[in-house]
Amino acid sequence: MASPSKAQIFQWLEAVKDPEIPVISIRDLGILQGIRVADGSVSVDIIPTYSGCPAMYAIQADIKQVLQAHGIEQVSIQLCHEPVWNTDMITEQGRESMRAFGIAPPLQADQRTVACPQCGSTETTCISQFGSTACKALYRCEACLEPFDYFKCHA
Amino acid sequence: MQKDLSQYTLRLADSALTMGQRLAEWCGHGPYLEEDVALTNVSLDLIGHAHMFYQMAGAMQEPAVTADDLAFLRDAHEYRNPLITELPRGDFAYTTLKQYFIDVFNLYLYQAMATSTHEELAAVAKKAGMEVKYHLARSEAWCERLSLSTDEAKARIQQALDDLWFYTPELFETDAAMQRLTAAGVAPDYATIQQQWQQRVEPFMALCGLTLPQAGWVATGGLQGEHTEHLGFMLAEMQFLPRAYPGCEW
Repeated sequence: MASPSKAQIFQWLEAVKDPEIPVISIRDLGILQGIRVADGSVSVDIIPTYSGCPAMYAIQADIKQVLQAHGIEQVSIQLCHEPVWNTDMITEQGRESMRAFGIAPPLQADQRTVACPQCGSTETTCISQFGSTACKALYRCEACLEPFDYFKCHA
Repeated sequence: MQKDLSQYTLRLADSALTMGQRLAEWCGHGPYLEEDVALTNVSLDLIGHAHMFYQMAGAMQEPAVTADDLAFLRDAHEYRNPLITELPRGDFAYTTLKQYFIDVFNLYLYQAMATSTHEELAAVAKKAGMEVKYHLARSEAWCERLSLSTDEAKARIQQALDDLWFYTPELFETDAAMQRLTAAGVAPDYATIQQQWQQRVEPFMALCGLTLPQAGWVATGGLQGEHTEHLGFMLAEMQFLPRAYPGCEW
């Protein structure tokens, strides 16, 4: 079969989601950094979110599985140290998916308060800087009283 | 240069791994759920830093070895961490204060290393540095909280300070290989880091109403592979699996 195009592979890899936030793809998360295609083999560059993030192993296995399902046998994945990931690399689409999933997306430069992903109120309190995974903090909304995860800002 | 850098990254890796392992021992023993999660999250970051540094160290050895080989198949006398990182976890006050000392050290270490002339080392330092800011915010807040809390909490953190203070100078020790790397702009200057550390830690201890001990045995030896008896017990537990099942991976 003819080698698939880079654009085609990018589209296939939309199916690879963060195992901890299964609505956001690795492209929207900003960790998919590059793809090289040569003679039926594909090489993918990814960067880790957090240094110790155990999801990186699952993500590598998922990339292989998706590409092999599309008939690409030779897949190599490089876990790169550069560029250094930060939360500004998350796409607008990624932030929206996160919010809809119930996780408050990381604050942007012009924002001061974390808004509740359930009711939108900015009357929120940090319960703990460390939440269910390394990338999240634990918050509570003072308006609707729901606890929620906040994706921590890293820049 | 390659040999010096391999040795240096091994020291960085050993320090991060032993700290990470000690914090992981808190899993299921934290004072309450959020703290239990926080302790193990910090542990995970530190073990991640160790993995990056072991990969660098292993790739530079001849013949090259893996991160697993370095973490799990070396004995205590081959470890290069300062003694403070291998000390048993103690009570929560002891763990918190120890973590605070290391977090401040890591903050200035990685800030300086981020401008290293060695690109990979600089990239790893940038990443680690972002994470350390969160670690420090937590350990600093807890030191203050414990120190200004009940008599029991205050007595415990003062005891921790008495026990730990003279383990801190070893953090800034260097050997000839590290000095060559510093001269080449690869490794940070540890004398500068020590100054920054003292300027931050000493006033903070005073703010917390804690008294620095005046005299004690000053720890040394980690850089030469001379460790406390605690490291051997830690490695026996940590290395059990890869030694019992050779070839299994990180």
